[in-house]
Amino acid sequence: MLKATNAILSARDASLVIGGRTILDRVNIDVRPNEIVTVIGPNGAGKSTLVRCMLGLQPLSSGEIVRAKSLRIGYVPQRFPLIPNVPLDVRRLLSLTLKPSEDEIDAALAETGIPHLKNATVTRLSGGELQRALLARALLRKPDLLVLDEPVQAVDFMGEARMYELISEVRKRHRCGILMVSHDLHMVMAESDHVICLNGHVCCEGGPVKVQQDPEFAKLFGPSAARMIAAYTHHHDHDHEGHNHHHDHKH
Amino acid sequence: MAEILSEPFFQRALLAGLGIALVAGPVGCFIVWRRMAYFGETLAHSGLFGVGLGLLLGFSLTLGAVATAVAVAILLMLMKRQRVLATDTLLGILSHSSLALGLITVGLVTGAAGDHMDLLFGDILTVSSRDVMIVWAGGAAVLLVLAFLWRDLIAISVHEDLAQAEGVNVQRVELGFILLIALMTAISMKIVGLLLITALLVIPAAAARRLSATPERMAVIAAAMAGVAVMAGLALSAFANAISGPAIVLSAGLLFVLTLVIPQRN
Repeated sequence: MLKATNAILSARDASLVIGGRTILDRVNIDVRPNEIVTVIGPNGAGKSTLVRCMLGLQPLSSGEIVRAKSLRIGYVPQRFPLIPNVPLDVRRLLSLTLKPSEDEIDAALAETGIPHLKNATVTRLSGGELQRALLARALLRKPDLLVLDEPVQAVDFMGEARMYELISEVRKRHRCGILMVSHDLHMVMAESDHVICLNGHVCCEGGPVKVQQDPEFAKLFGPSAARMIAAYTHHHDHDHEGHNHHHDHKH
Repeated sequence: MAEILSEPFFQRALLAGLGIALVAGPVGCFIVWRRMAYFGETLAHSGLFGVGLGLLLGFSLTLGAVATAVAVAILLMLMKRQRVLATDTLLGILSHSSLALGLITVGLVTGAAGDHMDLLFGDILTVSSRDVMIVWAGGAAVLLVLAFLWRDLIAISVHEDLAQAEGVNVQRVELGFILLIALMTAISMKIVGLLLITALLVIPAAAARRLSATPERMAVIAAAMAGVAVMAGLALSAFANAISGPAIVLSAGLLFVLTLVIPQRN
C-alpha cells in the first residue's frame, strides 16, 4: 500500500503494553486533511486507548505518533461525567481552556443547534445536548482535525442520526479532518473515507466497501453484522457507491 | 458570655480558626471536585510521622508535617504507575501505616501517644500568637498559589484528558495542588487536628455545592460555611469544654444537614 505523506496525524507501529498485557500491537494509522477516518472494533479492542495515544495523553511502549506542526485538534472525549461535581454552565464549559468572546460562543452554539442553552447548567443537559456542547467547544479551537470518541454515546436513536448529520455538516463547513471512534456500523459505512477495524492490532482497513467484504470484518462482528451492513449499503447504493468507490482507489 | 470575646486566648483562637476556614473553603472544593477526600486524608495522616520526627530530632513540627506529606504524595504518585493494586487500596495502606508510624514516633518522644491528643484532634484554645501568624502566612501562600492554578485546576477537575489535550500541564498543576494540601495540613493541625482536617475541607465544600452555580461561588460559600463551623465549634469548645477539632467538624456536619433542607438549584 502506498504511504501518503500528507497525513496530519499518524500512528507508526504504535504499541502499548500495560502490565504484560498488549493493548495496542503495531498499529498504523494516517489521518489526512478533510478526511473521515473511523476506528471500529469490539469492546476492549483498544479504540479509545489508540485515540488517547494519538492525542499524546498516553505514552506508547514503542512506535511513534507523528503530528503535523501547529495542528489544531478539537477533542470530544468518550466518557464525560454526566453529573460533574463542578458547578458549570455551558458558557463556562466552553471557556475552560480558551477565552472565547461572547460572539464566538454564540456562533459555536448556534452551529451545533443549541443556541438557547448558553446559560444552562451542564448537569441539566441531556446526552445529546451535552455532546453538542462538547462539539461546540471543540469547534471554538478552529480545529484542523476533530477527534470524536463515540460521538453518539448516550444519545437516543433519533438524536443519533441528527448528530451524525451535524458532524457531516461541520466537516464540510470547517474543512477539517475527522478521526472518529464509533460502534455504529451503519454510519461508518455511509460516511467514512477510511475504516480501520481494530482488535489490539489492525484486523483490516480500507474504504468501507472493501472493509465489509473482508473476512476479518465478519470474524470481528459476526457474519450477521456483515450481511446487515451489506444490505444497508446496497440499499443506499445510489447515495454512496460513487463516493466510496473513489476513495477505494485513492488508498 | 460576651466577656470571653475580650480574652486574648479566645481572640487568638478565633483568628486562627477563621484563617483556616478561609483557606479550607476553596481548597476543599477542589478535593470534592477531584474526588480526593481519601487522598487528602492520607496526606494528613502521614503528617503525624513528620511531627514525630520533628519532636525527635528537634526541628519545626510544621516543616516536618509538610515534608512527610509531600514525600507520601510523591510515593503515591510513583506507586500509582503500577497497576496491580487499586488506588484506594494503596491509599489505605499508606494512610494507616503512616499514621501508625507517626503514633509510634510521637510515642517514642512523649512516652505515650495520648499526650499528643492535640495533634490528632486539635486544640484551638491554646494556639499561640506564633501559631496564628503561621496560619495566616501559610494560608495566604496557599490562596496565592491556588489563584495562580485556578483556571487550570478547574479545567482538570471537569475533565482531565480534555484539559491535557488542550494544553494544560496536568502533572505540574497536580503537583502544585498536592503541595497546597500538604501545606494546608501543616497549618491546620493545631486547629482541627490531623485526623479531622479532611473533614473540614470536604464537609463545607459539599454543603456549598448545592447552593452554587459557579465554581467561584462554591469556593466563597464553602469558606463562609467553614467559618461558621469554626465559630460554632469554638463556642462548643469554650463553653462545653469540647475538644476543638471534633467540635468544629461536628458543627460543619450539622451545617451540611441544614443545607439539605434548601432545595437544590443546580
